[in-house]
Amino acid sequence: MKQKIYSSTDAVVADIPDGAQIMFGGFGGAGFPNNLIHALARKGTKNITAISNNCGTREGELGLMFKNNQIKHVIASFPGPHANYFQERFAAKEVTLELVPQGILCERMRAAGAGLQGFYTTVGVGTEVAEGKEERFLEGKRCILEMPIHADYALIKAQQADELGNLTYRLAARNFNPIMAMAAKTTIAEVEEIVPAGTINPEHVMTPAIFVHRIVQAKGLRYAG
Amino acid sequence: MPDKPRLTREQIAQRAALELPDGAYVNLGWGIPNLIADYLPKEITVYFHSENGILGMGRRAKPGEEDFDQVDAMKIPVTLIPGASFFHQADAHLMSRGGHLDVAVLGGFQVSEKGDLSNWKIPGSKGSGGIGGAMDIAAGAKTLIVCMEHTTKDGAPKIVKKCAYPLTGLACVDIIVTDLAVIDVKPEGLIMREVARGWTPEDVQELTGAQLIVRQRIPEMSFA
Repeated sequence: MKQKIYSSTDAVVADIPDGAQIMFGGFGGAGFPNNLIHALARKGTKNITAISNNCGTREGELGLMFKNNQIKHVIASFPGPHANYFQERFAAKEVTLELVPQGILCERMRAAGAGLQGFYTTVGVGTEVAEGKEERFLEGKRCILEMPIHADYALIKAQQADELGNLTYRLAARNFNPIMAMAAKTTIAEVEEIVPAGTINPEHVMTPAIFVHRIVQAKGLRYAG
Repeated sequence: MPDKPRLTREQIAQRAALELPDGAYVNLGWGIPNLIADYLPKEITVYFHSENGILGMGRRAKPGEEDFDQVDAMKIPVTLIPGASFFHQADAHLMSRGGHLDVAVLGGFQVSEKGDLSNWKIPGSKGSGGIGGAMDIAAGAKTLIVCMEHTTKDGAPKIVKKCAYPLTGLACVDIIVTDLAVIDVKPEGLIMREVARGWTPEDVQELTGAQLIVRQRIPEMSFA
């Protein structure tokens, strides 16, 4: 059996190269892979393209990556009111931003995971988001073409993993994590607890093991405010 | 005219709450819309939706009962009502985009006479701005209500012929509730439905950048 369990957060991110395209789960302070972000900060991977709903909370979450100037481009829906380090880098033109409507961010990642080459949507028609995109009239509506977002790695946070990589999430900490797990070549899950295969009721598995390539146990780190 | 009292933000929320039908699935945006939950008429039940994957949000959590894995879109810990559910972010937005959500209420910077909405970025403002879920919600909700002050702090109309600010969505707004009036957005234009106490339709028209259609005597805004 292929071993997916790693002994430390440093070991699980050790091969992530400079220039990698990486998805980061989490929303509203919940479900962020904060231990993996710290490990990636220690490793010092540079020129990252980050895909994340927001851009950190002060030093917390992705804030640390912007503080360390590890990210060169970010695809996000809502950088957020406390993304100080991102805004500093953005103002200094050290990082570029693609803003994407939140649900379309989800669907573009899902398209990547689902093997679909894009989709048409009414969301964003006539707005800045539509600039440069193909427009068509479908089912009586103006639509724009949105393309998939792929990633080399997804760093996600789950509650429980079994040894095979089946995952459960806690409450609203699920958010972007299951979607990103499907969209990346290598998905790394930071989990509160690892249990033997068969422990999680198959009916309760939220992300099936096929989408999860590496697991590491790490107790939750959270940033207040 | 500027001395006449206008509705408070809480009163705007209270008036908008009356637009929610019993049993509706509802998303409340940042700002005034977020206050609506406090003013629901007692006899109705609505199911609050959050873009981070919750249906059936209850009141905000009291000190000591917060769980920071159970937060709303503004990152505030909330409670659940019996029968609530969790799901991932793609399903949460599918609910709004796919037309499953009955009502969404958003804040606004500008609304045009065609119902175009600008609510995510003020030109010249500092920083990157952020869209969040507003464009998905604007595109898909069955009924979109915008709650906002009728004019900016400088007195400029926020209801305009054509939005000058970056757009959130085209022809998406159905109802506008302001501190001066309730206005329905229809194919024929902006129909005035109610006016704030002490104000006349002519007063409100003066503070509006687009033509308001007045079809009959306009009743005072009601709160029950």
